[in-house]
Amino acid sequence: MAEKVLAGKAVQVNDEGYFTDPSQWTKEMAVEMAKEYGIELTEKHYQVIDFLRQRYLAGETLTIRRVGNAGIVDIKGLYQLFPGGPLKISSKLAGIPKPASCV
Amino acid sequence: MSKTDEKPLKKVCIICAKGTIEDVYATLVMANGAVMEGIEAKVFFTFFGLDAITKSQMNKLHTGTVGNPAMRMPGGLPFPTILGILPGVEAGVSAMMISQMARLDIPPVDEFLEMITAGGGEIYACKLAMDMFKLKQEDLWDGVNGVLTVGDFYGKCGGENTQIIFT
Repeated sequence: MAEKVLAGKAVQVNDEGYFTDPSQWTKEMAVEMAKEYGIELTEKHYQVIDFLRQRYLAGETLTIRRVGNAGIVDIKGLYQLFPGGPLKISSKLAGIPKPASCV
Repeated sequence: MSKTDEKPLKKVCIICAKGTIEDVYATLVMANGAVMEGIEAKVFFTFFGLDAITKSQMNKLHTGTVGNPAMRMPGGLPFPTILGILPGVEAGVSAMMISQMARLDIPPVDEFLEMITAGGGEIYACKLAMDMFKLKQEDLWDGVNGVLTVGDFYGKCGGENTQIIFT
C-alpha cells in the first residue's frame, strides 16, 4: 500500500499502482496516469474506462473479450488504445483493481 | 537475485503438439495472456496440434476420456476409465469442458486465435506435420501467419528474455 498524489489529491494505491479505493478516482487522475504511459486520452478511452468502472462496481469479472464485445471498440482497437496492456493499463487508469482473470 | 533485478519476459514461443481441448486451450490461454501483458507471442502448431488451426477440426476438439487419472465425475468422484470407452462419453465430456470454459468467458478456438492475433500474436503451422497429414495451406484457419520448418520457427525465437514453452 502506498499513497500517490494524482491531480493534486492523495489517493491510496497498491504496490503496482492500482487504486485500492475506486471511489477516490476522478477523470483528471486518469489523464495524469495516462501520461505515464504516453497515452493521450480520447473519447474512446473514456468510454472503455467508464465501461470498466461500471462493470467492476457491478461485481463482474472483467475479461478482454467482454470489453471487446461491449460495442465500444474491438479487441484490436483495445490494443491500440492501451498498448502493451489492453485490460491491465485500462483498469489502472479506470481506478479499479488489477483484473483477476486469465483471459 | 531480488525481484527488482529481474528483466521482464519479452517474448514467448509456444509449441503445441497435441490436439486435445486441454492441450490446445493451455496453449491459447498462455499465448493470449502473453500479448495482454505486452509480451510478444509466437505459437507453433505441430503434429496433432494442427487440429487447432485446421478449419474443419478447430471447433470440434475433444478431451480424451481414457487414460487420464485426473478425470473426475461431476461432484469429484473418480471417473472409471472403462466408462470413457463407451460411445458418446468422450463427446459428452468434451461438451461439458467447453461449456464450463464458456462460463469463464473463454471463447471457441477460432475466436481465441483472433483475440491473440488482434494483440499482435503470430500463429504458425509446422511444415513437416502438414506434409505428414497431407494438409494444404487452404485447409488452415485464414489467420495463420505461415507454414514453417522447425529451423524457420527457431529463427523467430531469438532475442533476450525469450522463452520457448512446450505445452
